[in-house]
Amino acid sequence: MDAIILQILNGLDKGSAYALIALGLTLIFGTLGVVNFAHGALFMIGAFCAVSLNKLLNLSFETVDPTRTDFLGNPLKVKTPYIEGWFGPDLGHAIIDWSVPLAILFSIPIMIAVGFIMERGLIKHFYRRPHADQILVTFGLAIVLQELIKHYYGANPIQTPAPDAFKGSFDFGAMMGFDPNTIIYPYWRMIYFAFAAVIIGGVFAFLQFTTFGMVVRAGMADRETVGLLGINIDKRFTIMFGLAAAVAGLAGVMYAPINSPNYHMGMDFLVLSFVVVVVGGMGSLPGAVAAGFLLGILESFASMNEIKSIIPGIDQIVIYVAAIVILLARPRGLLGRRGVMED
Amino acid sequence: MGILDVKNVGKRFGGLQALGDVNLSVKENTVHAIIGPNGAGKSTLLNCLVGKLIPDTGSVMFDGQSVLGRTPYEINQMGISRVFQTPEIFGDLTVMENMMIPCFAMRDGAFKLNGIRSVESDTEIRERAEAMMEDMNLAEKRHMHSASMSRGDKRRLEIAMCLAQEPRLLLLDEPTAGMARADTNNTIDLLKEIKQKRDITIVIIEHDMHVVFSLAERITVLAQGTPLVEDVPENIKGHPKVREAYLGEAAAA
Amino acid sequence: MLGLNKKDFTLLLIVAALVVFAPFILNPFPADSAMAQFNAGYPDLMQRFVIFGIFAIGFNILFGLTGYLSFGHAAFLGVGSYSAVWMFKLLSMNIVPAIILSVIVSGLFAMLIGYISLRRTGIYFSILTLAFAEMSFRLAYSVLTPITNGETGLQLTLDDPRILGETATATGSIPVTNFFGIEMRATEVMNVGGWSFQFNNGYYMCAIMLLLAFYLAIRIFRSPFGMMLRAVKSNQQRMNYTGLNTKPYTLAAFVISGMYAGLAGGLMASMDPLAGAERMQWTASGEVVLMTILGGAGTLIGPVLGAGFIKYFENIFSKINEQVLHSWFHALPDGIENAVVWVLEHFVGSGWHLTLGLLFMLVVTFLPGGLVEGGQRLGRLLRRKDAEKKTATQSTPAE
Repeated sequence: MDAIILQILNGLDKGSAYALIALGLTLIFGTLGVVNFAHGALFMIGAFCAVSLNKLLNLSFETVDPTRTDFLGNPLKVKTPYIEGWFGPDLGHAIIDWSVPLAILFSIPIMIAVGFIMERGLIKHFYRRPHADQILVTFGLAIVLQELIKHYYGANPIQTPAPDAFKGSFDFGAMMGFDPNTIIYPYWRMIYFAFAAVIIGGVFAFLQFTTFGMVVRAGMADRETVGLLGINIDKRFTIMFGLAAAVAGLAGVMYAPINSPNYHMGMDFLVLSFVVVVVGGMGSLPGAVAAGFLLGILESFASMNEIKSIIPGIDQIVIYVAAIVILLARPRGLLGRRGVMED
Repeated sequence: MGILDVKNVGKRFGGLQALGDVNLSVKENTVHAIIGPNGAGKSTLLNCLVGKLIPDTGSVMFDGQSVLGRTPYEINQMGISRVFQTPEIFGDLTVMENMMIPCFAMRDGAFKLNGIRSVESDTEIRERAEAMMEDMNLAEKRHMHSASMSRGDKRRLEIAMCLAQEPRLLLLDEPTAGMARADTNNTIDLLKEIKQKRDITIVIIEHDMHVVFSLAERITVLAQGTPLVEDVPENIKGHPKVREAYLGEAAAA
Repeated sequence: MLGLNKKDFTLLLIVAALVVFAPFILNPFPADSAMAQFNAGYPDLMQRFVIFGIFAIGFNILFGLTGYLSFGHAAFLGVGSYSAVWMFKLLSMNIVPAIILSVIVSGLFAMLIGYISLRRTGIYFSILTLAFAEMSFRLAYSVLTPITNGETGLQLTLDDPRILGETATATGSIPVTNFFGIEMRATEVMNVGGWSFQFNNGYYMCAIMLLLAFYLAIRIFRSPFGMMLRAVKSNQQRMNYTGLNTKPYTLAAFVISGMYAGLAGGLMASMDPLAGAERMQWTASGEVVLMTILGGAGTLIGPVLGAGFIKYFENIFSKINEQVLHSWFHALPDGIENAVVWVLEHFVGSGWHLTLGLLFMLVVTFLPGGLVEGGQRLGRLLRRKDAEKKTATQSTPAE
């Protein structure tokens, strides 16, 4: 029992990332009718926003400390981040420590801007082109973005720590009456899950309760009719693209401490997120979210040693196997509606 | 018993009863029109005949065989061809190629992996396609990209493609929808000519009363998913129930 | 001739001439000249040209004709490579059984994947093939390590049985791949003046395969089957209502293109007997998509041109580094030189993938018909100019 709870918890953080990316993919697909192969790259850019802020805050100046010497006997050079110089060591250190949460603020405008530029500069011209062209051009864009990141940040993963306050783990086992230390869950992963839940809830509330969201939902259902009503749907869709980009970016920012960002993380997550979207049902937002968590949890179950000893390596492919089985049984996906992408 | 027998066919979409209890018998070698106001279930009925939809109840028999549960291509191979409201042709292909495809389908069946012999060397198919184009006044346009033809020509090509398979039953779904008067008259003449030349049964769904009364030998009026009346055109024109349900000023004029 | 019409036969002859004389054509600069870095007449590079040519020709049969965009074709290439290497390990170093097995195994694999993926069309199909390819990659990379040797890749060893051949040569090394005794790695070098031309057995083996593959592709394009595939792309609805079953047509196209990929994979292993999982990665699938589109999807010659173009520039671009750039632009004032080099440096060396991605975007945006369409446009433009000139000269004397 405790092992099962542990695996469910372990699946939640990855599932949250899948759900957030798949949510954005579905929003873009549903509103603009575009399959965005560069969506994983947005997730990656988000993660690198966190990396960049962390690096920026750690920019240091060197001072010579005459009271101490290094091992060669020369006066010791001490590196002090500028920020500590400006705000004093305590506050400065705290700011650096909290770089990842701070990166949220820093990344939102960046991601929205990236989204706008992408939509206005490129995707806009592909609305009337075949889906194959949309896939290809966004695939090209994904490669370009990933290679640029590789050029400037190198090929190795970059550690981006969470604030010290969240470094520990929470002992769920003790709380739930199991033996202590049986269900240990890092704080940051809990935060990630809570954060994802808030974002998903926010997006749904936005679509459900605002007039803007209502128009967008109507547009997802029947674009032409809404256009005929004289509503400028294009402008709203651009905003939706920015929103989807921000969601993917935030997912990336917060994911940085869980998995050190590298240049190919976008592609890795993209393929899985597509599987998530297809399993959830193309065009269905609740489907994307549900399938994201479902597949995340499934993956974490498959990585249990007990299961791996029966079928070695199953954790590597379980998502794909599940996707194939689900699609064979329900070609439209879990919550897919008739008529969406049927041809 | 006719060539096409529809018995007690019903179809429901969620809460909407699209077809109630449709009975229809089409006699061989006649032109049978199905008319009715918008939403009467004409298109649903047609889709049930060609295998695009499967009715919830009832049976559809073509020449003594049930079409239910068969896919559209199987039903087509049985001898039913369909003309769409907006012409469905192979827009990326030339007129000649468009004509050859039904010829291949007729000779080689639903699938044949003949990947080596060239199309050019297949004189049998070429001759058939040529003859059909000659017959339908399309021969001069044989090398044209079919997507770049006029709507009337596209319609003509589509009908030619259907006829190339020598179907026993031709279904036409509002063949003159969106056409100018002259094109409509041309289409009427074309269909009359087809009927004269061959043994073929035609079922036509049409809005335009002029077309219906110029062609049909029998008319079924559909309203709210059920047949209201079935009779010869002369009787339909004056029928009070029909007048009330649908025709209104169109027949009076 | 050969069952082809005059135009197609000429095309086949042109391709044949290009591949036969490739060692000359790709080696225009003397070996010790500064321009020698632009030579591409090396055996391994030429082999790559034709092998990827075969891969792209096969991909084009699916994508170019039916319009089904597969993002998983590298999986078939990988499967072909693994099959061939296993044949070298177990049976003999003769490439014939190896290649036959690669084609068969990838054909079967394609049938399995195609059967499931082709239940859907459009984007769904692309995503399904992508997922399958990624799954195959992971299987090869870790799960099926006993068969694929995981990360390290499958290699020949001195204890392989090779029941029809020899486990090790007399000198105690691993035997080399051959075609009934003709060694694939053997290269004849011809020195003429400052030029050095290399004729490699393996290259010519691949070249023959390319010509066969190209010839078969022409036959398929011109056949009723090819016409049906184009009809599938054009209007599936009309296909169905013309009594044609689209499923077996698309599946057959998928399997044929999978077999082409298997042939390419088998040849790759025959030239260099090892197979690694990275060949199956979906970026590799993306590369063949790019080759086909860059050349011109749906055209006969396009994929061959695209494959050659990309593999050539990959080779050239990867060789260029900062020093080379500085030497090119040293005539410029320092500031400008540094700026130019700084910009260009993104695109060369390890930045080749960036160039590839950009190229992808540019081609899809501005030249969806690829190089072939570009050539046609240029041809029309020139003809029009020509015609204008003619009318101009004709009208002058009349005045």
